[in-house]
Amino acid sequence: MYAFDYHRPATLKEALSLVAKQEDAKIVAGGHTLIPTMKQRLAAPGHLIDLGRIPDLVGIERTPRAVTIGAMTTHGAVAESADVKEAIPALSELAALIGDPAVRHRGTIGGSVANNDPSADYPAACLALGATIITSKRRIPAEEYFRGLFETALEDGEIVTGVSFPIPHKAAYEKFRNPASRYALVGVFVAKRPSDIRVAVTGAGSNGVFRWAEAEEALAKRFSAKSLDGLKAPADDLIGDLHADAEYRAHLIGVMARRAVQAATER
Amino acid sequence: MSSVSLTVNGKAVTAEIEPRTLLVQFLREHLRLTGTHVGCDTSQCGACVVHLDGEAVKACTVLAVQADGRQVTTIEGLAAGGDLHPMQAAFREHHGLQCGYCTPGMIMTAVDLVRRKGHALDETTIRHELEGNLCRCTGYHNIVKAIAAGATAMGQAPARQAAE
Repeated sequence: MYAFDYHRPATLKEALSLVAKQEDAKIVAGGHTLIPTMKQRLAAPGHLIDLGRIPDLVGIERTPRAVTIGAMTTHGAVAESADVKEAIPALSELAALIGDPAVRHRGTIGGSVANNDPSADYPAACLALGATIITSKRRIPAEEYFRGLFETALEDGEIVTGVSFPIPHKAAYEKFRNPASRYALVGVFVAKRPSDIRVAVTGAGSNGVFRWAEAEEALAKRFSAKSLDGLKAPADDLIGDLHADAEYRAHLIGVMARRAVQAATER
Repeated sequence: MSSVSLTVNGKAVTAEIEPRTLLVQFLREHLRLTGTHVGCDTSQCGACVVHLDGEAVKACTVLAVQADGRQVTTIEGLAAGGDLHPMQAAFREHHGLQCGYCTPGMIMTAVDLVRRKGHALDETTIRHELEGNLCRCTGYHNIVKAIAAGATAMGQAPARQAAE
């Protein structure tokens, strides 16, 4: 790891002023992507700004229609939250599938959505549930937020402060994970919302998380795993790598989607 | 250089370190607490698990400066004087190790597991919870047995739990 200067702001305001001041600054949340990347020298920021001691960024708030999670809330806290378990159990289950227990004690939801790894879990939940990404500047609908591989709508100096998830009627997440990295080889989040049904796929798209329109249309007619029988995701824009080729990922999308719908209907 | 002050195994520690110093490096190379091991160095194997404010973390993926002002417990901090911690004693009793490389991380993870899930742990839960700890020689069987027994023993002897 290359040397850097370390900053630990106590407030969001202080963090924003540090980010604005330092040209080659990186923000660290839980650090479970950034620190490994820095160890490999794939990232070499001159300044590291640690959000780990800003109390306002931690916490889970439940209202009748939504669950809002502070950016620095860990995956472990989301997985264990009684409010999340009751309001959106699929989200609690998703958090419990990230990494392993020690990783979940450090990794955060804000870090995950700011990084937008194409194999991360949270982007699928954000897109399927129609979440709003809350930043230091504005509120961004998930559909406009995720822009591609590791790309988001975030501007320079803009910090994710939380994510607000509308409470769905039913939802479920099914993940086929890479047994070594524990990232999603394919993960499908299905949500039956008051207004529509959404199916979001992570781990597979060569442009990151995406919605599977054909499955959504089929499920709109009847919300049943049977509605997806014979439906196959096109392999054209899928990732193919040593872990799984595009055809296999396309197959897994169908399997995971059916399992997710089944799990959601059984709730 | 950055100044860090933290509590390690109940003792106050202050040092001047480079911000890029990993917590595991700080523990091993600065404090000479070499019980915490480095296995994969990529937050997968769990040999470096320590407790940060009571929670299991992978010390290869935490900066020492991030532990400033906080409590760290390592494998060296579990035993009370000459008495092994009940989880350590269970690993010895059930032969929960062969080469011993993964053992400190396994034990720290196991103690954290008991904190989160209680003293009555079934085999499925233990195996699932060990997903972030790799052992390359025992095949896990005795580790699982040791953790179940250690968890029960921790319930019977609360006074002998870690000073954290």
